[in-house]
Amino acid sequence: MSTAQYDSNGKIKLTSMVKTSGCAAKLPPAKLHSVIDNLPLMSSENLIEGFESADDALVYRVTDDIVSVQTVDFFPPMVDDPYTFGQVAAANALSDVYAMGGTPSVAMNLMCFPSCLDLDVMKEILTGGIDKVREAGAVIAGGHTIEDPTPKYGLCVTGFMKVTDVWSNKGAREGDAIVLTKALGCGIINTAVKAEMAEEESCRACVDSMTRLNRKARDLAVNYTIHAATDVTGFSLAGHGSEVAQASGLTVEIETDRLPVLPGALQYARYGLLPAGRYTNEDFLFGKVSFDEKISQEMKDLVFDPQTSGGLLLFMPEKEAEEYVEKYMEQTGLDCCKIIGRCKEKGDFLIKFV
Amino acid sequence: MKEIDCFGLSCPIPVVNTKKALKDNPKELAVLVDNVAAKENVSRFGKAMGYNVEVLEIDGGWKIQLKK
Repeated sequence: MSTAQYDSNGKIKLTSMVKTSGCAAKLPPAKLHSVIDNLPLMSSENLIEGFESADDALVYRVTDDIVSVQTVDFFPPMVDDPYTFGQVAAANALSDVYAMGGTPSVAMNLMCFPSCLDLDVMKEILTGGIDKVREAGAVIAGGHTIEDPTPKYGLCVTGFMKVTDVWSNKGAREGDAIVLTKALGCGIINTAVKAEMAEEESCRACVDSMTRLNRKARDLAVNYTIHAATDVTGFSLAGHGSEVAQASGLTVEIETDRLPVLPGALQYARYGLLPAGRYTNEDFLFGKVSFDEKISQEMKDLVFDPQTSGGLLLFMPEKEAEEYVEKYMEQTGLDCCKIIGRCKEKGDFLIKFV
Repeated sequence: MKEIDCFGLSCPIPVVNTKKALKDNPKELAVLVDNVAAKENVSRFGKAMGYNVEVLEIDGGWKIQLKK
């Protein structure tokens, strides 16, 4: 951890205070599992999804047909601007509720803040969070702040929904098309930004993507037959895709030439501007992932790249997927939502890249 | 061979320091790193800059030799 740096206008550069950032700061999955796999599993008849299923949020029955969907997510900054950081952290935390097919109702702030920083910086971070929560149609009701040399921010989010409407990560079926709603590569671009080697266009596209709520993607998807869903975050496309494959008992096949990619990401990957999480993700998935010979090193980097506030990964019938992608483009004007692969009969690998 | 010490540094700083050290296009450079991500990333950067890359294990990490 270094002391804070400021740009030529005297504005704080938040990422100068952190070692790892965004979802790339997640504890490596192998380390995490070595601990939680040995903890006693708590159960309750009302707990429908707990952490054994590696789902995005817990699902707890409130009445016969209504459940609460709860999640918590926070991390150190991956961008320098405090307001943008607040937006990204909030969009990322809210996403877990969207990934369950729900809508967030209420959120609480989690803030770690260095005593050496001006309190205006905290205000900007929190304002970024408030603005995203408002855009999501939810409210922030309190939170918790502690002093910490490395700034961190995020939300604890709760949504309520019908139990029959919950998307889990275990219902994918053979033949399902797989839709990804945001482009990949923000872990790589954030690393390039930190190295001061990223171009303006890449930075802008990356920030646009990270601050975008998955609300639209979810709201549109509820009109279709969603067999399984998750969001792509720190464990990468390969990691989150294989979680669904594992939970659903099949093999996920991704066509790499269909993957939406943020501008510049593959080029920065070639120059070794890769977050450490890219390597721990690959290690964790050793033996579970296969690559066609033709696939480039940069493409491998992309599928192991930890995403911050990534898109939804939706598993649905092919015909509906085609219509969904078309409608998404029509309604948002964005071309980052693509059919990226299909579900196949269970094979030797959880996920195959072809 | 000129050496730069990137022990204790996490990504992307080892790549940034390597880039600085390669600014005048030297014929060779050695970079010392102590974590896998830095080893891979500096090797990748060296290759992308047109160097032949050799990685040697050393006490507590790796020595990455870049040669033209």
